Amino acid sequence: MGAAVNSSSPSKASIIVDFFKHTPHVDFMRWRWFFVWVSAALVLISLMLFVVRGFNFGIDFTGGTIIEVHYARPVQLGEVREALRKVGFERAVTQYFGTSRDVLIRIPPENGHGASKLSDRVFKALQQKDDRVQLRRVEFVGPQVGEDLREQGGLAVLYALIMILVYVAVRFEWRLSLGAIIALVHDVIITLGVFSLMQLEFNLNVLAAILTIIGYSLNDSIVVFDRIRENFRKIRRKSVEETINISINETLSRTVNTSLATLMVVIALYLVGGSVLSGFSLALIVGIIVGTYSSVYVASSYALMLGVSRADLMPAKKEGEGLSTRP
Amino acid sequence: MNHYPWWKNLLILGIVLIATVYALPNLYPEDPAIQISQTNGRMAKDLRQRVSDILQKRGLTSKSFERSSNQLLVRFNDAETQLEAKDIVASRLGNDFTVALNLAPATPGWLRAINASPMNLGLDLRGGVHFLLQVDMQAAVQKARDRFEDDFGDLLREQDIRYLGISQGADGVSVEFSDAQSRDRALDVLSNEYGDRLTFQASESGDNRYELTGTLSDAAVKETRDFALDQNITTLRNRVNELGVAEPVIQQQGGSRVVVELPGVQDTARAKEILGATATLEFRMVDEQGNPFAAKQSGHAPLGDELYSDRKGNPVLLKRRVMLTGDYITDASSGIDSQTNGPAVFITLDGEGARLFSQATAENVGKLMGVVFIETKPQTVERNGKTVQVPRTVEEVINVARIQEQLGRRFQITGLDSTEEARNLALLLRAGALAAPMTIVEERTIGPSLGAQNIEQGYKSVVLGFILVVTFMAVYYQLFGVIADIALLGNLVLLIGIMSVIPGLTLTLPGIAGIVLTMGMAVDANVLINERVREEIKNGNSPQASIQAGYSRAFATIVDTHVTTLIAAIVLFAFGTGPIKGFAVTLTVGLACSMFTAIMGTRALVNLIYGRRRKLQLSV
Repeated sequence: MGAAVNSSSPSKASIIVDFFKHTPHVDFMRWRWFFVWVSAALVLISLMLFVVRGFNFGIDFTGGTIIEVHYARPVQLGEVREALRKVGFERAVTQYFGTSRDVLIRIPPENGHGASKLSDRVFKALQQKDDRVQLRRVEFVGPQVGEDLREQGGLAVLYALIMILVYVAVRFEWRLSLGAIIALVHDVIITLGVFSLMQLEFNLNVLAAILTIIGYSLNDSIVVFDRIRENFRKIRRKSVEETINISINETLSRTVNTSLATLMVVIALYLVGGSVLSGFSLALIVGIIVGTYSSVYVASSYALMLGVSRADLMPAKKEGEGLSTRP
Repeated sequence: MNHYPWWKNLLILGIVLIATVYALPNLYPEDPAIQISQTNGRMAKDLRQRVSDILQKRGLTSKSFERSSNQLLVRFNDAETQLEAKDIVASRLGNDFTVALNLAPATPGWLRAINASPMNLGLDLRGGVHFLLQVDMQAAVQKARDRFEDDFGDLLREQDIRYLGISQGADGVSVEFSDAQSRDRALDVLSNEYGDRLTFQASESGDNRYELTGTLSDAAVKETRDFALDQNITTLRNRVNELGVAEPVIQQQGGSRVVVELPGVQDTARAKEILGATATLEFRMVDEQGNPFAAKQSGHAPLGDELYSDRKGNPVLLKRRVMLTGDYITDASSGIDSQTNGPAVFITLDGEGARLFSQATAENVGKLMGVVFIETKPQTVERNGKTVQVPRTVEEVINVARIQEQLGRRFQITGLDSTEEARNLALLLRAGALAAPMTIVEERTIGPSLGAQNIEQGYKSVVLGFILVVTFMAVYYQLFGVIADIALLGNLVLLIGIMSVIPGLTLTLPGIAGIVLTMGMAVDANVLINERVREEIKNGNSPQASIQAGYSRAFATIVDTHVTTLIAAIVLFAFGTGPIKGFAVTLTVGLACSMFTAIMGTRALVNLIYGRRRKLQLSV
């Protein structure tokens, strides 16, 4: 689908950019088995990554302390480590955060009542070496809180899935609902897989992004399904497979355009939103790309495999049918 | 044909205009300011004059003074003057005043007159500390058990019921007897007194040992936990007030945790010290023979006495001997005394405290007793021209009352001036000690420079995202794209207006991400509509019919896509905390606004442009 410079609009001299001047006729369903295997492989690889590589959980989930400091001059990490060692933080991990003046210090979780005072001790030690050091950020999460956040996060994802399942089940026929949910789970697993593969930090913001993906990925599937339902009622002479194909093609420009618009803002967020939001925006970038693909291939393929038929989608009543009367 | 009735256009225009006006305050910068309030909640009449004199002497220029019922707000032109002013004013005014740094919105008067104000910024944007404190509930329940253990002994001795011993087991407090008769009598007595909170079970073992076990009922355990939490929150509130923070948040989270948010606080070490500080109470007799005013003048208290002052600054002479400390108080609440119909504070002591207190008061009926409140708080003082923070112990007589009779477990303090005073006294009495120990289980501190950076980066992403989406839509959909762009701008204004108007909503960094994301998703509705319109035209329909069909057919789909994302946002709101909640809020509000602007807003514009034309070339 290349960009076509429109010249068929005689009354206007302006150039109209339209990637989809003519409704495309891609035989998506013909390739469905191929992509079913691709998706299955990606999901499997992701699941294996969960087990083998695991996740780089942020302190939101593991507990521990993060201290971000800013120096007026570029600073050597060795210097910082030395200062920390002196006060007994051998286990602290230091790294640059953006620039060589910003240092991020991670301290693994510790038990006991002193844990909350730890950041003060660290900062005092750094101040003794260089009194112009600035405290930018402290995050301390106790082990118990980390555990709770993990549990709550898992529950949140679960509840979101259930609520959406219920909504889709009410709105659509069960085979389509199941197809949408499979696509959804597929998107979440692959996004998580990317985080596991690249060992990107998984924190609360990323979890929020995952939940957003759950809502967003469904958007595309729903648009396709709405069209499938409409076409089943309108086009009588074609097979189920063909009808699904037509529907996907008809909605393709919308699917791509919306994904492009959303992708653009998320990339903007990734580029200028700062390091705090980088994990969040990256998860959304992956999720939107995978979600766009899955709404075309995964959701409908599964609905088809589950044996969705015209009879299932015939209106029991109303449903805006009056609108399809042609003028 | 395609046109809206005039009132519909007017409604849309009106809503957007109102939103614009309420979004306006966000465009004005904030003034660095200091906020001065009096510790006792009142407001000295000459405060403004005093502060302005202090500032003048130092050569500090202020921008304006604003008085409200309980505080004075002084604005400055820059942060440096603000910091210097805070230190000097705090040290000159002394301890009766709390001076806090604040950023006051510079909303012009006509906007303030209609209650317009800028959005609340979360800690990650304005800088500050967030603490999550865990209340040790086991300790609270244990404390309750210990109290029952004491009380059982007292009550049984009072009733002359002989028992072998009292012990605490896994299921409760057990009393052992050598015969069944004593046990049964004890059961009567104890369940009469404690039946509402404890369930009793009698048992016996072979070697003539009869046992009675009192177990805290579920309701009593819950009550104990709730009480501990309440009391700790009250205590925290008092202590946070001492910190001089402009808009602190102290909130219960879940069953056993408390959130404390202190915007603008940088010295977390000090904040932790104060949150963890202990305040105590002492009950002492007043030396009615001594002359407190003479003692104040000479600076020497008579032998065996100590000189204190009450909350109004009057001197009081108290005996050195402490009758009771606040550790024995288990509850204090304010109410109305049934005999005098005046405000009263009802105090409950534990068993040990009741015994000590009844002995001490029996000897002193008819005499005056004073309650001393002792607390350690930080203080700003001037030393060699520099201002420094030093810890200081404050001892203050919060109440003097005449003992009417021998006092026991429950007693009341009457003769208070107002219900307000009664409430304050009860609060202070409870604040004396934490009901259960607390530990900080989570801390998030954002420095002011990082907060400013977050705002800047957030702003940049909104602008960049907006430009990208607007360009894309305009290039791809031409005039229909531009219409969608205008709607998107309307969406942003509406979102910011609503965020500014609803007081509970807070903008966080993830919240800004939510705004950016909303922009991407909001155009989805217009993409759907425009694609439909294009399709209808391709199918050979007339432009007017295509517009009509495009909008109405896309509608159901738009609702569907919005609802699914809203579900995710609502789950996020329910489960998320702090910044994540901020994300859920902006996403929810943004999507709701987008339903309005993308469907109604664009349709109005399309109708205005195309609605009345017969022949037209659609620019979709």
